[in-house]
Amino acid sequence: MKYVDEYRDAESVRLLSEKIKSIITRNWNIMEICGGQTHTILKYKIEELLPPQILLIHGPGCPVCVTPIEMIDKAILLASRPDIILVSYGDMLRVPGTDSNLLEAKSKGGNVKMIYSPLDAVKIAEQNPDKKIVFFGVGFETTAPANAFTIFEAERRGLKNYFMLCSHVLVPPAIECLLKSGKNSIHGILTAGHVCTVMGYEEYIPLAEKYKTPMVVTGFEPVDILSGLLMVINQLENGNCFIENQYGRAVRKEGNIHSKKIISDVFEITDRNWRGIGVIPQSGLKIKSKYSHYDAETVFNISVTGSDEPDICIAGEILQGLKKPGDCPAFRKECKPEIPLGAPMVSSEGACSAYYRYTK
Amino acid sequence: MCLALPGKVISIDESNPNLKTAKVNFNGVVKDVTAQWIDDLKIGDYVIVHVGFALNKIDEKEAIETLRIINEMVDSTKRESGE
Amino acid sequence: MNENANYMGSVCPISRTEYDRILMAHGGGGTLTNQLIQKIFISQFGNEVLDVLHDSAMFKVESKRLAFTTDSYVVNPVFFPGGNIGELAVYGTVNDLAMAGAIPIYLSVSFILEEGFEIETLWQIVVAMKNASRKANVKIVTGDTKVVDKGKGDGIYINTSGIGIIPDDVNINPHNAKPGDLIILSGKIAEHGIAILSARDGLEFESEILSDLAPLNALVSVMLNESKNIHVLRDPTRGGLASTLNEIATQSNVGIRIYEDKIPIAGNVKAACEIFGLDPLYIANEGKLVAFIDPGNAESVLNKMQLQEFGKDASIIGEVTDKNPQTVVMKTAIGTNRIIDMISGEQLPRIC
Repeated sequence: MKYVDEYRDAESVRLLSEKIKSIITRNWNIMEICGGQTHTILKYKIEELLPPQILLIHGPGCPVCVTPIEMIDKAILLASRPDIILVSYGDMLRVPGTDSNLLEAKSKGGNVKMIYSPLDAVKIAEQNPDKKIVFFGVGFETTAPANAFTIFEAERRGLKNYFMLCSHVLVPPAIECLLKSGKNSIHGILTAGHVCTVMGYEEYIPLAEKYKTPMVVTGFEPVDILSGLLMVINQLENGNCFIENQYGRAVRKEGNIHSKKIISDVFEITDRNWRGIGVIPQSGLKIKSKYSHYDAETVFNISVTGSDEPDICIAGEILQGLKKPGDCPAFRKECKPEIPLGAPMVSSEGACSAYYRYTK
Repeated sequence: MCLALPGKVISIDESNPNLKTAKVNFNGVVKDVTAQWIDDLKIGDYVIVHVGFALNKIDEKEAIETLRIINEMVDSTKRESGE
Repeated sequence: MNENANYMGSVCPISRTEYDRILMAHGGGGTLTNQLIQKIFISQFGNEVLDVLHDSAMFKVESKRLAFTTDSYVVNPVFFPGGNIGELAVYGTVNDLAMAGAIPIYLSVSFILEEGFEIETLWQIVVAMKNASRKANVKIVTGDTKVVDKGKGDGIYINTSGIGIIPDDVNINPHNAKPGDLIILSGKIAEHGIAILSARDGLEFESEILSDLAPLNALVSVMLNESKNIHVLRDPTRGGLASTLNEIATQSNVGIRIYEDKIPIAGNVKAACEIFGLDPLYIANEGKLVAFIDPGNAESVLNKMQLQEFGKDASIIGEVTDKNPQTVVMKTAIGTNRIIDMISGEQLPRIC
């Protein structure tokens, strides 16, 4: 596959690994933000290729993992109504809510449909005029334009039975929150390549300067991860802290203007509760009031009582990179992929699930 | 997050100005993709696709440049290690 | 109500705090399926024939050893690229017999039909089953039909059971894998699962990917003619190659090492997996087998396989070791080593 295979080349990987080992002189902690990058790192065992001085910290870039528990509960409530079809991306279906998850709701008779593309949710609304279709719109900035587009399309097609349960999150405020907290010592960051494909990377320039932390926009294949690491280690070894772009083939500095416009047309910034982390101000997107007739939270009167994770679950600390899954007393015992206590054990690139599968 | 894959545009449908779509070939698998946000899209272009939407065109020059920079970085390693 | 119901003196071993209903994942071929089989079925039915837990039960009847197996087929859609539920019902059961080294002879077939199912469609399925049984050289010798109310079925469900004769000098058993054995995979993986996916709503795509549905008994005969030192045979159906290798590693108490660059997969199948974020190692196959063979015989068996219709892409993908027992380790395409675990539940397409 063009633009994929070249970035999985074993020889390039080996040489990049050698180069990193040759320039490193001290310990560095590097966080990769994106869950897709975590997945690659664990699936290809990239840590085997790194010198012992590098500690990789897995960041909170898994929108499935950080969707607040009350949102899952709301989705389950909506799915259980006979007049509603709840439409969702596959990875959300097993995330535990307070008592249950969407797959279990389906087994109990709830109407839950899985889709790959959000436009399929609009199609389902057209095909089922006697039902209300609620699309569970989650994701980071990468998915926001596609999710927003469904509202445009619903409007254009004159659909009155399409709604979105919106739980979008934004990356830069999360990075700022982690760097500000000072709880983990993150020296350098690999930022999320596909988020930046949409948004560009201008908003990271002041962050890198303010927190004196070098940041590299990085792709998702092994060669991308290793060259991103090489670039960030290079900066650290030379005392630099600016934003660089490793993923130039997909990312422009300004991002994609059309996708950014549709995000700002349909959504506005709001405070958002990140599961396991808490409320991060101005870190989420909600549907603008001019589209409130598509907003499931406005249209359906659903209230859920707030809930916490089981006490034993340390998902929050894992998502903030403070602990690793192996540090959790429930890991591999009370908490496994088939009986997950927290979200990072469910999503295939949540740190807990990835550790469970790829280590022993 | 954000599983996205590069694929080659094999046909473009601009009949609906609000919904530009393209057929994109991923190594023999062809999917209909919404390409509403891609300017100057041509057959033969590569686009990066997430949940059925094209996010951006792949910049061939940048792709070559990335690999060239990598080769440069590792060539210096080879020279240092006497390969 | 007690957390664990007490029925006729037995306590249900799966507590209500774990599950009180069957989930799709219980049919996924991974850890939940195994938990259900072990805790509910084996704990009640267990005996020395069942406890071998192979694809077929094997036992002597007078002087002949027989293999006996059963399987139910609920695939949706009923017609998919490369095949249909009827062919699957014949080949799936024939293959389970072949994995015991048996020569399949007779099948039973039982239909559960939903009220309103089109007879023309049933006819097409039955004709396909007749053709499949001819190709596989088996006879369908007994059957049953039931109809359920509209809304209580999914169109058509089929169960087939099969009997085969195990030649005297054949000894295939999932507990027989030995350190040093080489592992042969008979061809390209993940085709059946992806073909089914491509026909499902919302996940359609245009491609040439057809199910690899095929009878494997002729291939197995050729392999056994070449060498009797084949220790294990298995067809990696639901749960994929990874689940099958894990099961064998556990049952034989050995380590398994495989090489990613030796696993054959078609370019378009790989691309489909990438699009949906699925790992091909966990995707179902319906016309493939893995064979664990004495290293001295592997090359010659491989050469014979590659001359057969359903073995032309066969390759040696790894070996059995005495290191890391009950663990499957894969050398990745970039040269690192990764543990290939059992899947739990179904793989779902992802956005992340």
